[in-house]
Amino acid sequence: MENSRVLLELDAMSMFFGGVQAVRNMSFTIMENELAGIIGPNGAGKTTVFNVISSVYSPTSGCIWFREQDITLLMAYQVNRLGIARTFQNLRLFGRSSALENVMTAMQNRYRYSFRETLRGHLSPSYRPDPAYHYSFVESLLHLGRWDGVEKHIRAKSMELLERVGLADRMFQAAGTLPYGMQRRLEIARALALDPKLLLLDEPAAGMNPEEVFALNDLITGIHREFKLTTLVIEHHMDVIMEICPHIICMNFGAKIAEGTPEEIQNDPEVLNAYLGGEEAENA
Amino acid sequence: MKKSLWASSAFVVLGLILIFMPLSGYEEGIVALLCINCIAAMGVSLLTGFTGIFSLGHAAYMALGAYTAAIMTVRYGVHWFPAIVAGGIIAVLIAWLIGMPTLRLTGDYYAIASIGLGEAIRLVLENWQSFTRGARGFPGIDSYTSRTVAVGFFTVLGIGMFNLIYSRLGRELKASRDDRVAASLMGFHTPSSRMKALLISAFYCGISGALLGGYMNFIQPSMFDMMKSTELTAVVVFGGLGSMSGTLLGSAIVTSVMEYFRDISQYRMLIYGCLLVVIMVLRPEGLLGSREIWSFIPIQTLRSVFRPMPRPDARPKERG
Repeated sequence: MENSRVLLELDAMSMFFGGVQAVRNMSFTIMENELAGIIGPNGAGKTTVFNVISSVYSPTSGCIWFREQDITLLMAYQVNRLGIARTFQNLRLFGRSSALENVMTAMQNRYRYSFRETLRGHLSPSYRPDPAYHYSFVESLLHLGRWDGVEKHIRAKSMELLERVGLADRMFQAAGTLPYGMQRRLEIARALALDPKLLLLDEPAAGMNPEEVFALNDLITGIHREFKLTTLVIEHHMDVIMEICPHIICMNFGAKIAEGTPEEIQNDPEVLNAYLGGEEAENA
Repeated sequence: MKKSLWASSAFVVLGLILIFMPLSGYEEGIVALLCINCIAAMGVSLLTGFTGIFSLGHAAYMALGAYTAAIMTVRYGVHWFPAIVAGGIIAVLIAWLIGMPTLRLTGDYYAIASIGLGEAIRLVLENWQSFTRGARGFPGIDSYTSRTVAVGFFTVLGIGMFNLIYSRLGRELKASRDDRVAASLMGFHTPSSRMKALLISAFYCGISGALLGGYMNFIQPSMFDMMKSTELTAVVVFGGLGSMSGTLLGSAIVTSVMEYFRDISQYRMLIYGCLLVVIMVLRPEGLLGSREIWSFIPIQTLRSVFRPMPRPDARPKERG
């Protein structure tokens, strides 16, 4: 039964910017431990869906449920504390800090939920920082008490994550000076550092060459398996999504036009019409 | 960790040298003034360099600290130590009131708002005649800021500041400086991160102002005008945004240059201006950029110089 629980549910969500209908009447559910993908041509509203889920915007209408809790009106930082982490299409790293510091910044914000909350299966707004990753203001002022232990712990854990995404040799380099593909992987490491329940990856393969895309596919599926992490990927590289996601949602002009397995999507007449354009010409 | 221990011990050594160095009365005064300026500059540096909020009104917090300490010691006969700390705390309280509505603004908007707020506090001090004696100034403050007191406060506050930067709060502030959206999606409530930075910087400026009152024996509102606020921010930019040691270096250089050319009175502003222009042209990122001073020490080179010569039969451990 554990695997069949609904983690995220969008219920008739719409997002308008003035007269522009970025997303119209979007509904879908993501189950726990699923690796799902959203595809669609540029400007279909994929990133807007992510921005609404992570509460960068609040939707014009409709509801979003995460672990049986309504998160529609929460602020971005609260949604994050509930366990949603994301990466960004146009990278948003802390450019002047080192790669290690970027991951540590996220790592220090791990939250722990009470036994009762775990039992009920959803989280009340009484978050508490995980003591293994937290120390008080006075301790940081004096560098006494838990400071040393916690700081070492955070650092070791961050190094592990950087190693996992293959950035161990670059960990002291300023994040803004890393090559593009590495910055993407650093963003994934930073999101993982939050120990999320749901990971949103916004165009992780954008601007990558085919070999890098191949390595990235491995990384995403590997992370999904290792961390037992529900993952939602946005891509317009068809080959990425088709290869790694068993559950695909296809969008066009702000609305969902199809949902299903890769085979179903590939044979859906509406998808072929709107996105693939008859000949699978967009495959690059 | 090692690094913070190094910074703390460097501060303690520097403090001991400054306290026990044999100096003339005039030089002692300069040392005290240096420490006072450095404390205020550290506060502004945390806000401007590490949190990315430009403030042009921080002299107002110095004024609050100075007047609080002066009134407490002169009118109510309080000992100077609690009076100085109270100066810092009053500055923090006012900063909290001011920060509540204004810290929703970011970037240039906050800078404009801070000008108005700084001037407003100065005008209140100037016009609340019965309490602050207004524009005539507040004379007769005990000269409690001896060299030892100033250096002592500088050392303690300096260690605290460097410790803060190398802890979770430092990373939080840098995150909200570099990217606000990303920071809030890392679980930081960025308005309260900015508030924390403002409160700490107000505390440092308040303490600095209280010490300045004891150093000058006399304070008046016009000492804490726009000019002073701009100078505080200028020193931080001069030393390098995001470098606390750069701020200290910049503050020390500016203060000593200003003292060195005291003979030519008003013309020294000319030299101050030239100094800022030259640095900004030659090093637009400030003296140290966003690096700390110890990152300039070539540790790798030193290691290779001082490494003991390998024995001829010794094999290198790693290969490839």
